[in-house]
Amino acid sequence: MKYLLRRLLRAALLLIGVSALCFLFTEMAPGSFFDEMRLNPQISPETVTALRARYGLDQPLIVRYSRWMASVVRGDFGYSIAYNSPVAPLLWTRAKNTLLLTGTATFLVWLIAVPLAAWTAASHGRWLDKAAAVVSSVLISVPEIVIAIALLALAVRTRLVPVGGMRSLGFQEFSTWGQIQDIAQRMVLPTAVLVLSSIAVVERHVRASVLEVLQMPYIQAARGLGISRTRLLFRYALPVAANPAISLFGFSLATLLSGSLLVEVVTGWPGLGPLILDATLSRDLLLVIGGVLLSALFMVAGNFIADVLLLAFDPRIRTGESHAN
Amino acid sequence: MGSDARVAKSAQPFLRVRSLTKRYVRGGVLQKRIHVDAVRGIDLEIPACKTLALVGSSGSGKSTVARCVTRLERPDAGEIWVGGTDIAGLANRALLTFRAAIQMICQDAVTSMNPRFSAAETVEEPLLIQRRGAAKQCRQSALEIMSEVGVSADWANRSVMEFSGGQRQRLAIARALVLQPKLLVLDEALSGLDLSTEAEIINLLLDVQAAHSLTYLFISHDLPLMARLADTIAVMCNGTIVEQGPKSQLLSNPSHPETKSLLLPAKIFQKKYAEMLGVSG
Repeated sequence: MKYLLRRLLRAALLLIGVSALCFLFTEMAPGSFFDEMRLNPQISPETVTALRARYGLDQPLIVRYSRWMASVVRGDFGYSIAYNSPVAPLLWTRAKNTLLLTGTATFLVWLIAVPLAAWTAASHGRWLDKAAAVVSSVLISVPEIVIAIALLALAVRTRLVPVGGMRSLGFQEFSTWGQIQDIAQRMVLPTAVLVLSSIAVVERHVRASVLEVLQMPYIQAARGLGISRTRLLFRYALPVAANPAISLFGFSLATLLSGSLLVEVVTGWPGLGPLILDATLSRDLLLVIGGVLLSALFMVAGNFIADVLLLAFDPRIRTGESHAN
Repeated sequence: MGSDARVAKSAQPFLRVRSLTKRYVRGGVLQKRIHVDAVRGIDLEIPACKTLALVGSSGSGKSTVARCVTRLERPDAGEIWVGGTDIAGLANRALLTFRAAIQMICQDAVTSMNPRFSAAETVEEPLLIQRRGAAKQCRQSALEIMSEVGVSADWANRSVMEFSGGQRQRLAIARALVLQPKLLVLDEALSGLDLSTEAEIINLLLDVQAAHSLTYLFISHDLPLMARLADTIAVMCNGTIVEQGPKSQLLSNPSHPETKSLLLPAKIFQKKYAEMLGVSG
């Protein structure tokens, strides 16, 4: 319990640090939301100055940061100048879409990668292992953007799946099942990109740790008892090999919000990606900071969940033992 | 008559190994593949309830023999007769019944146990794998055998990581005994233990051998120690057995340089000990 409280306290300090740095860096960055207005001869400098004062941009950094922190506590996460609305509802609407996409992709990645990794590790040196190694090398070396563009081109040419957006025209007139089908069909492309771009990393990590465990003498001892391959893998190898995989799983959760930004932009998925991109280009800085902080929150939560899982899975962490086995 | 029959039965080899050969392949796709004979032409036999020590320096191939006898490895050639069956070529399913009869105890009891298991789970696992009854029965059998080897049932739920080296070796013996095997292969099972613990484990092994009518195949590099435990000794060098015979014969008249070199440390120790005490000769 003490361990978890210590982790929570550290997480809170980390979030405060991230928010302070975000403010500092955005202050240092050139340009602001009102710069384009200054170039417009129809808008007077006084109007621009009044607008800056209205949104509190004329205040010193520390005052703006304090005000922003107060709005975070209220749950608003600041005020978006471009959308003329509190940041939180804007982020939440898009974050739901992002989470739907990345949650599905992460689930599929782990669902496929863990058994595949266990299987390839158990077949070390055989054709299956070698074939998986070639495929994963290709997937790791090809950038996500290339996979996205290639699959987008394929989808457009073959018309196997709909491309762009999350809902078809007339979505509201569909039945509930029809709506689910429509969203599922439109999710296929971005989900496939996310799965293909991250499955190899997970498979390689899990395979390496399972392979290391399979060389351990206790596995040999279990083999000497005539243990079945399934029991050996799932009762002996995977639980012990789980530690690095759990840390990686925490990282997967941590990147649920930030891992798909590029893919969303390329495939037209209405998640946080296009929102943050637009906000960055238009210098709607509080919206950008809100997005960054939400990503940092997921990062902290992902790591915290990984810590809790490690605590539950590994008795050595509970008993405070430091030697590894 | 009855006595003669028992003698005849005990004199019959429980384990007979003939022309055992195991080779490994080094190299890969871009390297030249080299075949290395880890062991070749190994012949040995152990009568029931007797002890054979297979000794040799590191890399001589004795652990490979142990792994082949326990069928952790499939030999490339040769026969391994257990009772009336040659298990050398048996497939996994057919091997299952023989696995219970032949159990192995490794040198490192720490790494030979699942670090996630408790003591009781470690000992009952062989019964569960071999489907020797309900979980409750298996647990009960595990607790009984644990108390036989001197591990208190009160410690049943402790993680194996919480036990000392000697206690873990006792757990390893309990795990091996729980399936009521006929042959124990002890691969450097006494290495790494302090002298008093080593003596305790030796006594325990001798006790359980008598109580369970066990046949032992000891794998060790410590010839003087094996001389105290074994009935027969086989010396291995570069993958072959270079000298084999009853321990009295082998110790009194070693013929192969490998045997002499394995005996040398004990002789040096005896000489230095005698010098220290001021005893000449």
